[in-house]
Amino acid sequence: MRSSAPALAEQFDSFEHQRESSVLGMWVFLGAEMIFFGGAILGFVEFRHAYVADFNAASNHTKIVLGTVNTAVLLTSSLFMALAVHAAQEGKNRRLLGFLAATMLLGTAFLAVKFAEYYLEVVEGLVPGPRFRMDGADSRHAQLFFVCYFTMTGVHALHLIIGIALLGFLGLRTLGGKVTPQNHNVVEVGGLYWHFVDIVWIFLFPLLYLLGRHAGHG
Amino acid sequence: MDGGFRFFPEQASTTAASIDDIVFYLLAVTTVMTGLVFFLVLVFCAKYRRRPGRETGVQVKPNPWLEATWIGVPIVLVLIMFFWGASAYFPIYRAPSNSLDVYVVARQWMWKLQHAEGAPEINELHVPLGRPIRLTMTSQDVIHSFYVPAFRVKQDVLPGRYTTIWFEPKKLGEFHLFCAEYCGSKHSGMVGKIVVLPPAEYERWLSGGISQGSLASGGHRLFLSLGCANCHTEAADARCPNLVRLYGSAVRLQGGGEVTADESYIRESILDPTAKVVSGYQPIMPSFRGRVSEEELIQLVAYVKSLGPTRETGRDK
Amino acid sequence: MTALTADRVPENYINADYRFRSWLFSTDHKRIAILYLISLTFYFFVGGFFALLMRLELVTPQGDLVQPETYNKLFTMHGIMMLFFFLVPSIPAVFGNFLLPLMLGAKDVAFPKLNLASWYIFNLGGLLTLVSIVLGGVDTGWTFYPPYSSLSSTSYVLLAAGGIFVMGFSSILTGLNFIVTTHKLRAPGLTWRRLPLFVWSLYATSIIQVLATPAVTIGLGLIGIERIWKVGFFNPAMGGDPILFQHLFWFYSHPAVYVMILPGMGVESELLTTHARRRPYGYAFIAGSSLAIAVLGFLVWGHHMFVSGQSVYASMVFSFLSFFVAIPSGVKVFSWLGTLYKGAIAFTTPMLYGLGFIGLFTIGGLTGLFLATLAVDVHVHDTYFVVAHFHYIMVGGMVMAYLGAMHHWWPKMTGRLYPEGWGRLSALIVFVGFNLTFFPQYVMGYLGMTRRYHAYAPEFQVYHVLSSAGASILGVGYLLPLFYLIWSLKYGPKAGGDPWGGTTLEWKTPSPPPTHNFEEPPVVTEDPYSFPSLEEGR
Repeated sequence: MRSSAPALAEQFDSFEHQRESSVLGMWVFLGAEMIFFGGAILGFVEFRHAYVADFNAASNHTKIVLGTVNTAVLLTSSLFMALAVHAAQEGKNRRLLGFLAATMLLGTAFLAVKFAEYYLEVVEGLVPGPRFRMDGADSRHAQLFFVCYFTMTGVHALHLIIGIALLGFLGLRTLGGKVTPQNHNVVEVGGLYWHFVDIVWIFLFPLLYLLGRHAGHG
Repeated sequence: MDGGFRFFPEQASTTAASIDDIVFYLLAVTTVMTGLVFFLVLVFCAKYRRRPGRETGVQVKPNPWLEATWIGVPIVLVLIMFFWGASAYFPIYRAPSNSLDVYVVARQWMWKLQHAEGAPEINELHVPLGRPIRLTMTSQDVIHSFYVPAFRVKQDVLPGRYTTIWFEPKKLGEFHLFCAEYCGSKHSGMVGKIVVLPPAEYERWLSGGISQGSLASGGHRLFLSLGCANCHTEAADARCPNLVRLYGSAVRLQGGGEVTADESYIRESILDPTAKVVSGYQPIMPSFRGRVSEEELIQLVAYVKSLGPTRETGRDK
Repeated sequence: MTALTADRVPENYINADYRFRSWLFSTDHKRIAILYLISLTFYFFVGGFFALLMRLELVTPQGDLVQPETYNKLFTMHGIMMLFFFLVPSIPAVFGNFLLPLMLGAKDVAFPKLNLASWYIFNLGGLLTLVSIVLGGVDTGWTFYPPYSSLSSTSYVLLAAGGIFVMGFSSILTGLNFIVTTHKLRAPGLTWRRLPLFVWSLYATSIIQVLATPAVTIGLGLIGIERIWKVGFFNPAMGGDPILFQHLFWFYSHPAVYVMILPGMGVESELLTTHARRRPYGYAFIAGSSLAIAVLGFLVWGHHMFVSGQSVYASMVFSFLSFFVAIPSGVKVFSWLGTLYKGAIAFTTPMLYGLGFIGLFTIGGLTGLFLATLAVDVHVHDTYFVVAHFHYIMVGGMVMAYLGAMHHWWPKMTGRLYPEGWGRLSALIVFVGFNLTFFPQYVMGYLGMTRRYHAYAPEFQVYHVLSSAGASILGVGYLLPLFYLIWSLKYGPKAGGDPWGGTTLEWKTPSPPPTHNFEEPPVVTEDPYSFPSLEEGR
């Protein structure tokens, strides 16, 4: 069986060198992701500016309670992720596994709640298309709100699924003894990605759920 | 449109010469710069070619003054280009007030043009010499672009909104009209011509066609048949704003803000009445989206324009 | 060092393992570069074939060779293949991959497995696009403007857009890899100020790739969503805005043209310095101008939209900034001239391509000023003037830089010398053919010949005939290297480590380099381009 000593790739001088490089790589990648989500958010902001009243009316039909629960869930998951990184740094692999599992669980809970919201929205006729119905606003603009809503939260959910899979992969490697304090950067890099997905939600939540909300709705 | 070998299209509009003047300047700068570069390359290749006794180069130290010069001089040259180009660009978007109105609806793959006085044309536009012509354009489907090389004018034509362009022909003759934004299969076939006639002949042409009545009169008929007249009356306590002398005026909107009542505003108010509600009125007007075609919208716009310009609207409550 | 015997060749990255799978699963940056070279050559000739058909059709004013729908697919696929599957990856993927670690004194890039993944992702994108071609093609133009692309076109938009969408990830990952490699894997003593100019250009390119590509990813993604679910981002009838797409698209596509040309400019600096044995004139200015172009390049996208209906004031700002992005390019051209000054110029094939690049890039770049000038652009937008402008830069500039790079580093990559006579002849043929093809297009563009027309007004025919004649010559110029370069693999004389007398680190390795590049990391103690100086007065 292969030794479980972590590999130092030949292009690096030391584990610290390897760690720094992989962290820089993830930051660069997150820069690209910011532009990606930024483009979608820009589109949303442009449309909202053009159709403020209709977008406000439509946003009242998002599920504020579920959305708030989800925000809490995701923020907590980030806490566990940070704890996981810390455990990896210290070589406490059992704890690392536990925190990774907790993070994944909370991430999955987020997805479950999100799909529950989607289900409600389907039932209420909020999916853009021929079966869309919403009273009291220009149907085309309200539909546009929901196009943005489903696209932005859908792409976010996709990133979350990828994140959960990534953490699962990290968990498997930890179980196989391949994660040590020397190469804990794999967990650190996974953590950066997870935190980014969380931060995107922190932007989406106020934009889609909170802006223009009237009291007594949801 | 002669077939000789030329470098510039005819200067058939009042603005064409000013565009060509800027191009002459650009050509001069470009030619001098290119010539300089080519000249230096050739001279250096001859003088500094590798040969026995010259196996390596003299490692020259850079001169900061030279760097500053070849940054500074181009900056000055291009700033001239910018200011000159910008100053000729603004007037393109401000049609003279005595312009003749023509409305254009583009669709795959033809141009439908309509004079305000009523004459409809397909792929051809007859205009009189020496009058500014203002085109208000929209598309029924995808993005097109109205381009007359001899006039040096071009404007994209978009679905869902109006774009405008103007020109004043200063040469008689026929000039190419091309669609300049790729729009599908027969994009190359979406061509036509602008026919510039002497004013008297233009009048004859206008009155000689099938009499359809002016756009405004057609719009008036629609105004009545669609029921607009029931609400948009001149009564002081009408539930809808008075449209007499609306065109061109400043309209105060609910929630603050002001907008000029131009063609786009009128079109939007018919299709999307709740987008800009006039201050002091309720948003009760129904939308006519799907109930009027682009051509009918043009007639309604022409009708409202015919009710006269300039009066401040917006009732305070 | 392995001992050499009369019949044993030292281990290098090519002979280390001859099995097919050792190439397909290699994480050696040099092998990945060769894999990219093969893919890119294929895509280039596919795109070139479409261009050939287009130019054949355009010999006569009537649309008599192909159906209008077919012609529309030809120019679309020519653009997509050439831009996304050749120009954007070209120099970075082949020469960047091969040379960056060598020039930095490193053993590989920062993330070798990611590098291999990039190649596979790239070809997955290429495959999707090829499938769309085989099934019948896409006809939206490489610009995919809605509402035509989202509502009206009945061609394989999703597949083609999907191919580009996927390819974008390859671009981002390569850029990411190069950025981290440049930051983290420089040899001892190799400070930023001692980096070869090619590395500076790759660095600037990589920043743009990482930050600009996501905009086209989301733009094409939204087109896809609109086509599948019939929603209304870009459809005015549903409250959407087609101009939003143009903003998203050009926010990527303008910086993308700098992704395409910056590496070529980096190559140019290497070609001129080595083959004229001169230090670059104004190293800091050349390096800095790459970064300036990268930054300014993000601020000018609206110059593609002067007649789109965008605000007049926005157009003014974009026009103003567009002039300023031309200034650093001018700095480079003058610096290259300064590099030739008092040099010892050898007229090798790389130098010939390098000289051609200066001339043609200058013309192409200067005609960009016409397009940045607002009132003039109103007339020439969407005409052949624009087509001539970008072909002068991309083909006259970039493809010549690519060919120059190919000949300059061929000995290093393959260990063989190509036949110099054929090289020079091809360079000359390319130069002549290129100018004949594209110069008439400036003239007919100003006369009003619109783009993307397969049938045109008869008065433009003479220019089209000249252009098509030039294209056939250009084609010959491109085919010749394919033959003599492959010939040289077997029959070319063996090359030593440094056939040109270059001074950057890659020339200190054998040709071809061993798999691990350097036994020990080299220690850098002096600037690159430390050519000896001839006595003054010569």
